[in-house]
Amino acid sequence: MTRQEIHKVLHTKNLSIGYGSKKGDKEIAKNIDVELHTGELVCLVGRNGIGKSTLLRTLSKMQPRLAGEIYLENKNIDDYSRIDLAKIISLVLTERIPSSNLTVYELIALGRQPYTNWIGKLLQEDLDHIKEAINQSHLTELMHDRCDKLSDGQLQRAMICRALAQNTNLIILDEPTAHLDVQHKIETFRLLKKLAHELNRAILISTHEIQLATQIADSLWLMTEENIISGKPSELIESDQINLLFDSNSIYFDKESRQFIMQ
Amino acid sequence: MIALKILTLYKIQHPVLHPKNSYKLKSLVFILLLLLLFIVNISLGSVDIPLSSVFNSLSGNGGSKETWNYIIINYRLPKAITAILVGSGLAISGLLMQTLFRNPLAGPYVLGISSGASLGVALLILGSSIIGGSFSLLGQSQLLISMAASAGSFLVLFAVMIVSRQVKNTMSILIIGLMFSSLTSAVISVLAYFSSAENLQQYMFWGFGSLGNLTWSEVLIFTCIYLLAGILILPVVKSLNSLLLGENYAKSIGINIKRTKNLVLIATSLLTGVITAFAGPIAFIGLAAPHMTKLILNTSEHKLIIPAAALLGANIMLISDTVAQLPNSEFTLPINAITTMFGAPIVIWLLLRKKKMVL
Repeated sequence: MTRQEIHKVLHTKNLSIGYGSKKGDKEIAKNIDVELHTGELVCLVGRNGIGKSTLLRTLSKMQPRLAGEIYLENKNIDDYSRIDLAKIISLVLTERIPSSNLTVYELIALGRQPYTNWIGKLLQEDLDHIKEAINQSHLTELMHDRCDKLSDGQLQRAMICRALAQNTNLIILDEPTAHLDVQHKIETFRLLKKLAHELNRAILISTHEIQLATQIADSLWLMTEENIISGKPSELIESDQINLLFDSNSIYFDKESRQFIMQ
Repeated sequence: MIALKILTLYKIQHPVLHPKNSYKLKSLVFILLLLLLFIVNISLGSVDIPLSSVFNSLSGNGGSKETWNYIIINYRLPKAITAILVGSGLAISGLLMQTLFRNPLAGPYVLGISSGASLGVALLILGSSIIGGSFSLLGQSQLLISMAASAGSFLVLFAVMIVSRQVKNTMSILIIGLMFSSLTSAVISVLAYFSSAENLQQYMFWGFGSLGNLTWSEVLIFTCIYLLAGILILPVVKSLNSLLLGENYAKSIGINIKRTKNLVLIATSLLTGVITAFAGPIAFIGLAAPHMTKLILNTSEHKLIIPAAALLGANIMLISDTVAQLPNSEFTLPINAITTMFGAPIVIWLLLRKKKMVL
C-alpha cells in the first residue's frame, strides 16, 4: 500500500472553473495553476462562495472545466476512462449518505468497486486492501456496525477509510470536518496527515479551519478572487498573504500567536 | 401468514462476522417455502382434487381423472407459475426503484408506474371501443394489451425520471408520482364515460387483477419478457450497491450512472408493464416484499437481496392467490384486494417496528 517515491500527482495549467450554460459561462475562478505531490497534505482555504467546492469537483472531473488543462500523473484528465480515474482519485464529499442497511465493512468494500469484476466479487487482494484501510483508520471495532448507527465523527472516518481502500494516489475531501466537534476535527486532520505521510498519498482538503490548517498542512492553497496562492503555511503567514482571506481590516492573522485577532 | 412466522423466527441479530452462511440458510428456507406453497397452491382450488392425483398429473403419469388432469395442467399450473412471475417481478422492480430513487417508499404502485400501465390498457380497451368499427377488436388481443401496458408504464417512469432530475427532493418526486396516478385515473374516468358497458366491464375485471386467465402461450411470452428484464438487470447489480451512497459517490468509484439508470428504467417498466398487462395492477407487493427481505437478511447487498426479494415476492403472491381462490368454493376474490390486505398491515408493522424504513 505504501508507495516509495514522491511524485507530482496533479497539476493544472491556466484552469478556469465555473458553470457553463447555453446563455454563457458563469466563471467562478480563473488562472488556476497548482501542483499536488504525493506525501503531502494540502488544505484549500478561502471565503464562503469563492469556489472551493467547484474547484474540487472540477479537479475530480465531477463537473466540466471552462478552460485550461488538468493533468493527472502527467496525463490529461480527459484521457482517463471512468474506471481508470477512480483508480487515481477518491473522494469524500459533504453530502450525507442515504440511510441503508450498509455496514461499515460493506461501505468500505464499495471502495474496491473500480477493481472488482462485473458482479463485484472481492478477491484476496481486495480483502487485504480493505483490512489495511480499516487498520489505518482504527475502525476494527466498528467494522460490523450499521452506518446508520455511527456518530458523525465515526462516519467521517469510515468515509475516509472507504477512500483509502480505493487505493488512489490522490484523495480529495470536501470540508471533511464540517459537522465535527473540536476533538474530532483535530483527530481527522491528524489521521489525514498520517495517511499522507506514511502511505505517501496526496491529500487535498477544503476547509474553513484555517488555524488548524496552518498548523497541520504541508501546504496551503489560498483561493482568492484573482487566483490561487499556494505555499507553506509559514510562508503565507510571513508574507501576510494569509490576510487575503478577509476583506475587512477588522480581522487579521497574528504572526506571533498564530491566531486570528478581531479588532 | 407463514411468511410472518419466518420473520419472527429469524430475529434480527447483529452479525459478529460476515454471516454468509446464514444468508444461505435463509435463502434455502425461502426456496423450500416456495416449493411448498407451489404445491399447496396447485392442490387447492374450486374443485377438490386429492394430492396424489395432483402429483400424478404433474409428473405426467396417468391414473387421475381426465378433467382433473386438465384442470391441473391447463389451469392451476399456469396460474401458479404466473403467481411466481408476478410476485417476484413486482418485488424486484420495487427494490430497484427504491435504490434508484434512494427512497424507501418508491415502488411501481406508489410512483404511478402501475397507473401508467392502466392508462395504456384503458386507452386500448376503452379507446378502441370509442373509435368503434374493426378497431374495437384490438382490445381483445392479449399481446396488444401487454404492449399498451408496457408503453404506459414506460412513459410514466420516464416522466418521473425526468422530473427527478430537476427536483432533487425525493418527497416531491413521490408527490409527483401521486399526481401522475390521479391524472391517469382522471383520464381513465373520461374514457370510461364514453365507452360501452362490455368494454368497461372488461377493463374493470382487468383492474381487479387476476392470475388465472393465462394460456400456456401467454405464460411463455410472460416468461420471455421477464427473463429479458432479468438479463438487463444483471450488469447493474454492482452499480446498485454503490448507488446506496448517492449518485456522486457512485460516480467517483467509476460507475456509469446514465447506463445504470437507463437499464433499471427499461427493466422495471418491462416488468411492471408485462405484469400489469397479464395480471392487472397489483398493489403493495412491490413495496412490502423488498422491505421484508431487507429486514430478514439485514443487508443491502443487491447480489443477495434481489434473488431473496424475488423469492419472497413469489411466496407472498402464492399465498395471496391460494387465499383468493377460496378453496373448495366457486368464488374467486380479486387478487388485488388480497395483496393489499396482506401488504398494508405489513408496511405499517414494519414502520412501527423499525421506526424508519431504510434502503
